[in-house]
Amino acid sequence: MELLAAAFVYLCAAVIAVPLANRFGLGSVLGYLIAGVVIGPVLGIVGGETVELQHFAEFGVVMMLFLVGLELQPAMLWRMRAQLLGLGGLQVVGTTMAVAAIAMAFGLTWQPALALGMILALSSTAIVLQTLNEKGWMSTQGGKSAFSVLLTQDIAVIPMLALMPLLAVGSGPLLDGHAFMPSEAPWGAAHAAGGGDPHAAPTVFETLPDWAQALAVLAVIAAIIIVGRTVIRPIFRFIAESKLREIFTAAALMLVIGIALLMNYVGLSPALGTFLAGVVLSDSEYRHELESDIEPFKGLLLGLFFITVGAGIDFNLLFSNPVGLIGLALGLMALKALLLFTLATLFRLRGADRWLFTLGLAQAGEFAFVLFGFALGAGVLDPDLIKSMTLVVALTMLMTPGLFILHEKVLAPRSVTSADRAADEIDEPGKVVVAGMGRFGQIVTRMLVTNGHTVTVLDHDPETVENLTRVGFRAYYGDAMRPDLLHSAGLENADLLIAAIDGREKQTELVHHVAKTYPHVIIHARAQDRHHVYELENAGAHHTERETFEASLALGRDALISLGYHPFRAEGARRTFRDHDGSALNALRDTWNAEGVSGSYIDAMRAHGQTLFELMKTDRAERHDRSDRGWTPPPKGDASL
Amino acid sequence: MKTLVYLAHPRMDRSEINGPMYKAAAAIEGITCVDLYAEYPTFEIDVDREQARLTSHDAIVFLHPLYWYSVPALVKEWMDLVLEYGFAYGHEGHALDKKVMFNAVSCGATEAAYQPAGANGAHLRDLLAPIEKSADLCRMRFLAPFTIYAAGRAKDEGRDLSHLAAWAGLLRALRDDELDIDAARRALELNDIAATCVAPSEAV
Repeated sequence: MELLAAAFVYLCAAVIAVPLANRFGLGSVLGYLIAGVVIGPVLGIVGGETVELQHFAEFGVVMMLFLVGLELQPAMLWRMRAQLLGLGGLQVVGTTMAVAAIAMAFGLTWQPALALGMILALSSTAIVLQTLNEKGWMSTQGGKSAFSVLLTQDIAVIPMLALMPLLAVGSGPLLDGHAFMPSEAPWGAAHAAGGGDPHAAPTVFETLPDWAQALAVLAVIAAIIIVGRTVIRPIFRFIAESKLREIFTAAALMLVIGIALLMNYVGLSPALGTFLAGVVLSDSEYRHELESDIEPFKGLLLGLFFITVGAGIDFNLLFSNPVGLIGLALGLMALKALLLFTLATLFRLRGADRWLFTLGLAQAGEFAFVLFGFALGAGVLDPDLIKSMTLVVALTMLMTPGLFILHEKVLAPRSVTSADRAADEIDEPGKVVVAGMGRFGQIVTRMLVTNGHTVTVLDHDPETVENLTRVGFRAYYGDAMRPDLLHSAGLENADLLIAAIDGREKQTELVHHVAKTYPHVIIHARAQDRHHVYELENAGAHHTERETFEASLALGRDALISLGYHPFRAEGARRTFRDHDGSALNALRDTWNAEGVSGSYIDAMRAHGQTLFELMKTDRAERHDRSDRGWTPPPKGDASL
Repeated sequence: MKTLVYLAHPRMDRSEINGPMYKAAAAIEGITCVDLYAEYPTFEIDVDREQARLTSHDAIVFLHPLYWYSVPALVKEWMDLVLEYGFAYGHEGHALDKKVMFNAVSCGATEAAYQPAGANGAHLRDLLAPIEKSADLCRMRFLAPFTIYAAGRAKDEGRDLSHLAAWAGLLRALRDDELDIDAARRALELNDIAATCVAPSEAV
C-alpha cells in the first residue's frame, strides 16, 4: 500500500476506535487493538505489511522506557522502597512463579514457562491508571497500593527484557554481547537488520575479544551516566535559549535515537539504555519539557504497535477454540486475583481498598504484547503459543472494565472502611503551580514556600530555572502555554494556579485554558491593568491583582508622608483612594464587557474620577465626611454629651 | 429577636472554646455569624456594612477571649469606627436604641480570680465597665457576660460540652424572645440563666 494511503488508514482507524473505547471505559490500548482488528482480520484493508510496520513501531517501546525512566526520580523510589519491593516485588515474583508452575504442568519446559510467567505477571498500567484517575480512586489506600505495584512492574520490565534472551533454549554465554537482547532485534524485538544480524558485516565492536567487549559495555553505561549528569544540561540550556521549540524536540528525539543506536552498537538493549538515560535526567529541570516532547511520538508509535498487534490477531484461532481461550483468560485472572487478594490481606488492605486492589490488577497488560514480540525474536516462545496467549491477554483486558464496574457498584458500597481510620485533622499542604517566575512570581512563590506549601514552578527562561533549581525549588523549564507541560506539571492534582507570565494575551490564554481544562483549580492571576482584570475574569480567573497597583499606592502614601502628612493620615488617604478605585472597577465592569472602551465607558470613567476629586476636596474642607470615618471627635456643640 | 454574633479571635487555629462556640452558633437557624478577623484581616473596617448589620438585628453578641480585661483590638477598632456620632450616639444618633448586647467571654484565670477578694479584685462584669458604659451611651440594653473561666483547661477537663450546650440554649432563647431580659441585665453572669435554657434532650 502506498505510504500516505496506509498512514491514512491507520490514523483513521485509531481516531475512530480509540475515543470510542475510552468512552466505554476500555482504555486506549484496547481502542488501538480494536482498530487493528477492524482494519486487519475484519475488513482486510491491511495485511502482511503490518509485520514490518511492527518493527518500526517497536521504537515506541524504547521511547516509553525513556519516559518511564524520566518518571522515576531516585528519591521518590527510595521513599517508596518498602511498597515497591514488598508489595510490588511479591506480586511480580509470586505471579511469575505461579503462572510458570501451571505452564509447566501443561507441558512446557521451564524456560518458556518462566518467560510466560513473567509476561503475564504484568498488569495494564494504561487501563488501570486511567480508571483510577477518572474515578478519583488514586488517593485511596487501594489506589496507592495498585500504583506502587504498577510502578514495580514498569521497572521489572527492564530485567525481564534482559533475562528473556537467556531463556532461549541453547543461548550462548552470558556476556557475549548478545545476552542482553535478542541478537537480531534492532529496537528490542524481532527481526530486521541490526547489531548482531548474522548476515550483516561484523562491527568493530564485535571483532573485539570478549573481555574488551565487556569493558566497552561498562564504559558505555558509565558514559551515559556521566554525560547525562554533566554535558546534557548545558546543551539543553543552550538549545532552550534559542527559543525554538521544534529544535528542542529535535534534540530530545536525537538523544533517544542516539542512545538507542549506541546501545545497539555495543549489543545491549536500546530500551535498557534509554531507560537509564531517563533515570539520569529525571531530576533535571528539563524533565517535563522532555516528557512533553517525546510523549506524542511515543504515544503514536505505541498506538501503531498495538494496531499491528490487533491486525495480527488470529480470529480463526478464537472461533476454533472459544471455550478453551476464554477459560484460560478467566483462569489467569482468577489466579492473579487470588495472589493479589492474599497480598492485600498481608499488607493490611481492608474492605473496598482490598477489592479495588484485587480486581483492578487482575488483568494482563500491554507490556505483554511488547514482551511477546521480544520473546518471539529471542526464540523463547513458540509462535503458535504467542498467538493464542495474545488473544488471552486481550480478553483479560477486555474484561477489566466489567470488574471495575463490579467493584464500584457491588463490592465497594458493601464494605465500610471509614471505621478503620480516623479522619485527618490537618489537611495536606495545598499543591500550587506557579506559571511565570519573573519578579512577580518569585515573590509569590517564596511566600508560599516559606509557609510550607508544595510549589511547582514553570518558566521559559533556562537561567532562571537553573538558578531556582540550585537553591532547591521544584522548577521546570518550559512554555507554560503548552497544555502537555501543564499536564505533566501535575495541574490535575493541584489546588491552585498562580498565573504570572509575561505578555497580556498569553496570560489570558493560559487562564482560559486552565479554567476550562481543570475546573477544580483556583486561579490567581496577575493583571496588567484594569482592562486586563476584566479580560482575565472573563477567561475564568477567580482572583486578579493588578501588578503595579498596590506598590504604586504604597509609594503614593509615602509621598504624602514626605509632603508632611501624618503617616496614619496618609494611610487613610491611601485606603480611601483604593476603595474608590475598587468601586470604580466594579461599576465599570458591565459597561466594559458590553461595549469595550466606548463613549459611555469613557463618560462613566470621567464621572468616577470626578467623584473621587469631590471626595478628596470635601475631605479637606470638613471634618465629618463619609470618606474619613471614625477617629474623629463628636462636634463640640452637642449638649447631650 | 434577630441575633448577630460577632466572633473576634485573632488565632482561630489554636482556639478550643471560641471556635466550637462559633460553629455551634452558625449551626442555629436564624443567627447571623460574622468572623471579624476573617472579614477585616487588615483592620480596614467597612463602616457602612457594619452599620447596616447593626440596623438589621435586635441583639448583638461579641464572642471573644478576654485580652487585658477587655475585647481584642479589632473589636475596639470596630467600636471606634462603627459606633459613630449621629448613628449610635449623640442628639440624632438613635440607630441602636433598645437593642440587646452582651459579651460571651473566655477567661484564662479561674473563677476565684474574678472576685472582689480575688487576684483581679473585681467581677468580670465590673471589669467590662467600658463596654457596658459604651452600650449605655448608645441606649442599648447591656446584659451580663456569658463566661467560661480557666478556658485553657476547659476542654481537657471536659467542661466545654456543657458550656456549648448552654451557649446554644441561650442563643435560641434570645432568638425566640424567651430570655428574661431584665433578669439578664441584673445578673452578674448569664451562665445560670443559660443553663435553664438547655433542652433536656441536649443536657450533657
